[in-house]
Amino acid sequence: MTMNTFEVPQDVLVDVRNVKKYFPIKGGILKRTIGHLKAVDDISFHILKGETLGIVGESGSGKSTLGRVILRLLDPTAGSIYFNGTDISYLNRKEIRPHRRDMQIVFQDSFASLNSKMSVAELVEEPLLVQTKLSKSERREAAVEIIEKVGLRADDRLKYPHEFSGGQRQRISIARALITRPKFVICDEPVSALDVSIQAQVLNLMKDLQDDLGLTYLFIAHDLSVVKHISNRVAVMYLGRIVEIADKKSLYDNAYHPYTQALLTSIPVIDNNSDATPRRTKIKLTGDLPSPADPPSGCTFRTRCPLAHDRCSIERPELKEKDNGHVVACHLYT
Amino acid sequence: MKNGPVLEVNQLKTYFYLRDNKVAKAVDNISFSILPGETVAIVGESGSGKSITALSIMRLINKPGRIVDGEILLDKEEIHRFSPKQMMKIRGNDIAMIFQEPMTSLNPVFTIGNQIIEILRKHKKMSKGDASNRAIQLLKMVGIPRAEEVMKEYPHQLSGGMRQRIMIAMAISCDPKLLIADEPTTALDVTIQAQILDLMVEMKERFQMAVLLITHDIGIVSEYADHVLVMYGGQIVEQASAKELLQNTKHPYTKGLLESLPNIDDDVERLGTIKGTVPSASDFPTGCRFSSRCPNVMEKCTQSNPDLMEIEKDHFVRCYLYEGGIKNDNEYV
Ligand SMILES: Nc1ncnc2c1ncn2[C@@H]1O[C@H](COP(=O)(O)OP(=O)(O)O)[C@@H](O)[C@H]1O
Ligand SMILES: Nc1ncnc2c1ncn2[C@@H]1O[C@H](COP(=O)(O)OP(=O)(O)O)[C@@H](O)[C@H]1O
Ligand SMILES: [Mg+2]
Ligand SMILES: [Mg+2]
Repeated sequence: MTMNTFEVPQDVLVDVRNVKKYFPIKGGILKRTIGHLKAVDDISFHILKGETLGIVGESGSGKSTLGRVILRLLDPTAGSIYFNGTDISYLNRKEIRPHRRDMQIVFQDSFASLNSKMSVAELVEEPLLVQTKLSKSERREAAVEIIEKVGLRADDRLKYPHEFSGGQRQRISIARALITRPKFVICDEPVSALDVSIQAQVLNLMKDLQDDLGLTYLFIAHDLSVVKHISNRVAVMYLGRIVEIADKKSLYDNAYHPYTQALLTSIPVIDNNSDATPRRTKIKLTGDLPSPADPPSGCTFRTRCPLAHDRCSIERPELKEKDNGHVVACHLYT
Repeated sequence: MKNGPVLEVNQLKTYFYLRDNKVAKAVDNISFSILPGETVAIVGESGSGKSITALSIMRLINKPGRIVDGEILLDKEEIHRFSPKQMMKIRGNDIAMIFQEPMTSLNPVFTIGNQIIEILRKHKKMSKGDASNRAIQLLKMVGIPRAEEVMKEYPHQLSGGMRQRIMIAMAISCDPKLLIADEPTTALDVTIQAQILDLMVEMKERFQMAVLLITHDIGIVSEYADHVLVMYGGQIVEQASAKELLQNTKHPYTKGLLESLPNIDDDVERLGTIKGTVPSASDFPTGCRFSSRCPNVMEKCTQSNPDLMEIEKDHFVRCYLYEGGIKNDNEYV
């Protein structure tokens, strides 16, 4: 087990220490556990109050699983999660309940996550019904307020999800997440399914709400430009592990990990320079993400890494601080 | 003889006839052409008519939709006049298409090998043995490792990126003149997207295909397209070379799209937005279809729809802001 070598600053809201989530792999006629899929494999980081930590990584790298474990929608296999100073890692259903209203989640596919038979009012008020003892009129008042705050009209309350566009449905999901006045919101690909002009509206809204309500975000996305726009710090995940974490400026201007470099140079960029300045040199990766059920030995990225050397297949690189607050797990720097 | 366009689309209109006498003008008077070895991109938000344009060219429009007008010429042949039977021969032979989700076009119960061999036997009349050898060759060409083994595998055993490579192998198996790719990398991660787009470029150059690339990602347009059509509400609102379009953007919609995008290279506190949402194809505003969302809207914009005007050489814009521009023979003046 790695030690938590990084100092944890004062105003930390979420502190994740050596968290693992392994899913059992069943096989044979007896359906016995024959192995483990290491969806999240020894992850540590913290999120400061009021900041946005972005998480990027290819699909299957464990981003959503990590988010669900932090919210205790899934139980961790190992490690601890501290929320506002309290260890919530192993609280039971009843013990976790008082914390639920402080931690919420917004998903990508709001339409699938919204019950189509419920009106907007019912959907938005539901968390209050479950998690608070507010009266009917108090719930209604809170719903009207939050619905207007996310840019819908008060009388949209009486409509049903299918009457709204994708962007508006995402606003409904946001209203539903914010109605309990949480401190912390996990945003799991909240704009990935939206057209760019609508994505921009929702991103601006999320920033405004953060300023307004003092929210702390964990923002998960596979789009590096979106994550850069919204985040203060960014963590890069590969096969269940964080390979690099830094301030966004430091990460995007000066990525150390070859995987981060490859991600950044793979994005097609808009070339609107009239002079013929050469584009940044692309680092091309070959092959696919290996299966987390059977990860490569040593550094799990080595099978796709253009700079892999002998040591990478033998020894797993640990996260080390390279520059101030810029942490990377790669043998090139050790 | 290879100098003319591979594909020429003239004043194509594809409408959907809905209930209550409503008509969705999904594609409304679109014209463009693609030369051999050229990539033309169609970019626009969802519902702007990109896929219906592609499906119209393939003649795959079903009720309640119908191509109501226009010409589609493939190597000067008027394929819009072809019978369904003639079109069957064209599809998969002269025109190949790949989609966002390869699983919808791959048959889950047949091996990869079986599916490619089947195509080669049907379209190329190859023997089983020849087809099998050719299939392995094609898989290697599109960068599939362990090609012999993959022949025996089923689609669900492969990753999304691998499946898209298989689709490309199938697409090029019959040496098409035109490849239509509808959001081919939208479901893929960026590192895999880069691999697939590079593969498409390689195949295009190798076989001198014309490529129609449909995407919502202007970054992809910038790096991979020669020419761009920006679609809004079933019409082309701006059209130019990729370079010209991005360096000298004219239409307020195109500008809005570009400002909405978070840019990896420079930081803005707030993103630009286009107000409102895309209007439904059966309920466009009168006048310019973008007028309900346009920051520069003028009175005349809500009265009549501007024509697509050539404001500089090979740069076309459908917008009254440029009416007094370089060309002055506008019929609405
Ligand atoms: N409930 C589950 N049971 C088994 N495997 C799972 C489960 N949820 C996720 N996984 C696996 O865990 C890995 C990480 O998945 P996920 O967290 O969804 O990644 P991401 O959100 O980065 O795409 C994947 O290989 C996925 O198949
Ligand atoms: N089967 C259908 N029935 C009715 N209208 C349709 C149908 N398919 C497409 N349309 C209309 O055509 C418009 C354009 O669709 P499409 O070409 O799929 O857009 P996109 O640009 O997202 O590919 C849609 O907004 C819709 O109004
Ligand atoms: Mg996910
Ligand atoms: Mg489409």
